[in-house]
Amino acid sequence: MVIGALLAGAVFALAWPSPAGARRLSLGFVLLACIGALIFGLDALLTGMLWTWRSDELLRPIGGVALRVDPLAAFFVVIVAVTGIPASLYGFGYLQALDARPRGRAMHALLSGFVAGMYLVPLADNAATFLFAWELMAVSSYLLIVSAPDQEGAAAAGVWYAVMTHGGFLALLVAFVMLAQGGPLEFDAMRGTALALPSHVQAAVVVLTIAAFGSKAGLVPLHVWLPRAHPAAPSHVSALMSAAMVKLGVYGAIRVLIDFMPPLPPAWGGAVLVLGVVTALTGVLYSVAEAHLKRVLAYSTIENVGLVFVALGFALLMRGYGYGALAAMGLIVALLHTLNHAVFKTLLFLAAGAIVHGTHESSLEALGGLIKRMPHTAILCLVGVLSLAAVPPLNGFTSEWLTFQLLIAGARFTAPTLAIMLPLALAAVALVAGLAAVSAVRLFGIAFLALPRSTNASEAREAPATMRWAMAIPAAMCVVLGLVPTTALTRLTAVTSDLGLPMGQLDVGFALELPLVGSRLSPAGIALLVAATAIAAAVASRVGRRWRTRVDSAWNCGRIAQSPRAEYTAAAFAEPLKRVFTGFYRPTQEVTVDVHPVSPYFVRAMTLRADFAPWIEQAMYGPLIRAAHRLSSHTGRLHTGSIHWYLALLPVALVLLLLVARWVQ
Amino acid sequence: MIAAVVLSAGELILLVTLAPAVVGYVRWLKARLQGRRGADIFQPYRELRKTFAKGMVIADTASWIFHVVPWVVAGSTVAAAALVPVVSANHPTDLLGDLFALMALLILGTIFLSLGGLDPGTAFGGMGSSREMTVAALTEPTLAIAVLALALTAGSTSLGVIAGTVLANPSYAIGPGHALALAAFLIAMLAETGRLPIDNPATHLELTMIHEAMILEYSGPYLALVEWAAALKLTLLLALAANLFIPWGIATTSTPGALAIGLLALLVKLSLLATLLAVLETRVAKLRLFRVPELLAMSFTLALLAAASSFFTR
Repeated sequence: MVIGALLAGAVFALAWPSPAGARRLSLGFVLLACIGALIFGLDALLTGMLWTWRSDELLRPIGGVALRVDPLAAFFVVIVAVTGIPASLYGFGYLQALDARPRGRAMHALLSGFVAGMYLVPLADNAATFLFAWELMAVSSYLLIVSAPDQEGAAAAGVWYAVMTHGGFLALLVAFVMLAQGGPLEFDAMRGTALALPSHVQAAVVVLTIAAFGSKAGLVPLHVWLPRAHPAAPSHVSALMSAAMVKLGVYGAIRVLIDFMPPLPPAWGGAVLVLGVVTALTGVLYSVAEAHLKRVLAYSTIENVGLVFVALGFALLMRGYGYGALAAMGLIVALLHTLNHAVFKTLLFLAAGAIVHGTHESSLEALGGLIKRMPHTAILCLVGVLSLAAVPPLNGFTSEWLTFQLLIAGARFTAPTLAIMLPLALAAVALVAGLAAVSAVRLFGIAFLALPRSTNASEAREAPATMRWAMAIPAAMCVVLGLVPTTALTRLTAVTSDLGLPMGQLDVGFALELPLVGSRLSPAGIALLVAATAIAAAVASRVGRRWRTRVDSAWNCGRIAQSPRAEYTAAAFAEPLKRVFTGFYRPTQEVTVDVHPVSPYFVRAMTLRADFAPWIEQAMYGPLIRAAHRLSSHTGRLHTGSIHWYLALLPVALVLLLLVARWVQ
Repeated sequence: MIAAVVLSAGELILLVTLAPAVVGYVRWLKARLQGRRGADIFQPYRELRKTFAKGMVIADTASWIFHVVPWVVAGSTVAAAALVPVVSANHPTDLLGDLFALMALLILGTIFLSLGGLDPGTAFGGMGSSREMTVAALTEPTLAIAVLALALTAGSTSLGVIAGTVLANPSYAIGPGHALALAAFLIAMLAETGRLPIDNPATHLELTMIHEAMILEYSGPYLALVEWAAALKLTLLLALAANLFIPWGIATTSTPGALAIGLLALLVKLSLLATLLAVLETRVAKLRLFRVPELLAMSFTLALLAAASSFFTR
């Protein structure tokens, strides 16, 4: 039914006579499909039902379609749905400008395909279906990135994305073939063969799986496509990509590493944990320094994926050591943070879209003062930003708190070999949380507060109602998941016990209680306390006196006019951190001074260009890109344009292929 | 239960009312150490009364965020203070949250203060916000590891449990884990509360200030609220250091006698720590801003040693 609605959406997008009608109908069908999927996923989670469906007729040449719902799949269907609902609702207003464009219809159709692919990935029960859905998702999102109207760099972003995602696809294909060991490519069969893999094959499968799903999830160093692709795509697509698609990488990793595989040697878990820490730190450091609104968010996605992999790595590590309950707790934290991040990142990308829609600016340096022109967007964005900064009582805080508790619990219960590793991981997670708060304050403070830094920003328009409603949904979820995290957590224990990692009861009414650490948290109680004291202070200080307030200009050391040029900029806000982490950023500075010809002491103008080099990327990918260039220029010499030469090459190629085939046999 | 709630409400009120006196005491002692006479320790109360009665000037560029900030800062700091065991170790607010929740509440206040600094759009506000957030971010890992070191021995991050564990096993307090964690915690506390050598609470010299730059636009009752919250933050962190690392004297029962001893012990410990702070502040000069990370790195190393040593002494 869900897929049917999405199909209808695609058909209507292409076929409906008027472009506006096509937009409304197709997005309406996507919305319906997402609501349907949400109900279906929640139902499957609550009742714990298993549902399977297969058809050998469809996709017969590659092995037929098999679908299966278990709690893990249902949970990821819910994640895609909670992102899809606001994103499609948002499109109603956001995509109005597309009606006049010839590509508009194609974009609506692609969106349907993209969402359908994301629903199919967690449901797939054999390698053929999985890879088909994975490709559907990858190709449609690739087309959505490159079809974005008037975005410079969209094509280059598309190339990066296509290379990364297809490299991942290849790795995945090889991993599945190795897992199957010549048997059928059904997931159930793989669960059996995975138990008896020789250790070197197991190692290869683990590495390939992490590489394949890591390239989708954005693990360092495979993260390079994220900050390029997100700014190029339209905002509702960025939200879907960042909040839902990236999470399917997490899904794949859990499916293969925990569901298929037997407990792996602890070293693998440790490696995943370290990878997560590195990813989180890299992501957050770039997100603090970046000036492009959506790139800030893209890097913050990398950071959060890193945090998810920290918890996941912890789960693998503990599973390797044989501590079932700790592994279950790690998995629960990973899943909960996946959900929490999906919710607040949807909100933030939609808010970023509203800013770009209202101001036509996407650099923080050109924004400012939007809180007065876009009041509703501002307050909704503030919710998202506070959630990103992981402060109580919003949902980001719950996952951060649980991650801290997780690492402490691990440090308390396990081998002394972890005596340095887990405290260091805890410190890194704390640093990431602190830097995320800097990034959050910078994002909101520079974009929404102070004076507008450009005329576009001073003429900003508030977003249309559908866009604001679309942002209100994830904002409300941030608050609800923050105040009552137990609603999500109790469902998650069903997921982990289905994966063979049972976990005790976590919640006591509204409070969270961790059985292993004996720590308690009641976010609702804390929120109540803060609100009560703030209100009590307000009442107490207002009683019996009238406040005299006067509105006047701000203190500027005697300057008469206050201009936005005196304001702190996004670059200046990040400057202290850039100095502290000089080795990471490797900042470059270029000062040009224009002096008067009479004397060098009369300076007429000074310009400063400050930038930082993504040197890790250059060091890793530079040689690869150069090698690819060299290879293609060598092969380019073959293309002489002479038909005889091409005809002569054909039999040579044929003979070579036959020789290879013989050698393989 | 009701008695416990009333008791912890009383403790909260005590901490809130005591906060200006702690600041006043530090200022008085610093003045004496510097050879000045100094105002008495009740001066901050008079200042608060005066500032509360004054009118306010609001920058014409400010938005509603500017008006919300003082309340959120006051609310989150008081909520953080409510989590601290002050006189008695049996603390019903342990049910609400632990040390990490307390840290997160303080960060909430810091975030809003920074937003308030950015809101009027002046250069000073932005400068203060940027620096405050940087220092806060770099302090986080130290605090987290110090908490870990405590939690490893106590088995929980709950404040009451940590205090209780040290009371039951006095040898923990002089163990390397606790001592190193205390040192790390004290350095991190200096950074969190904007004291020397990270920030000078007495200066209004624009280029060196952090906290004062952020709140430059606030006046009247809003300023009073923010100042009170800052004093409370200092007091609650001192009380935390006193009751987590040297908890002796804290009441474990609710009898009036035990509570009286607890109160006395708290006052003694607070004045000791405040004396330490005043002496330190007269002895050291303010660090250059970009040298601050080195100091924080040192406290981080101490905390890491604390955590590692509590592994090996278990």
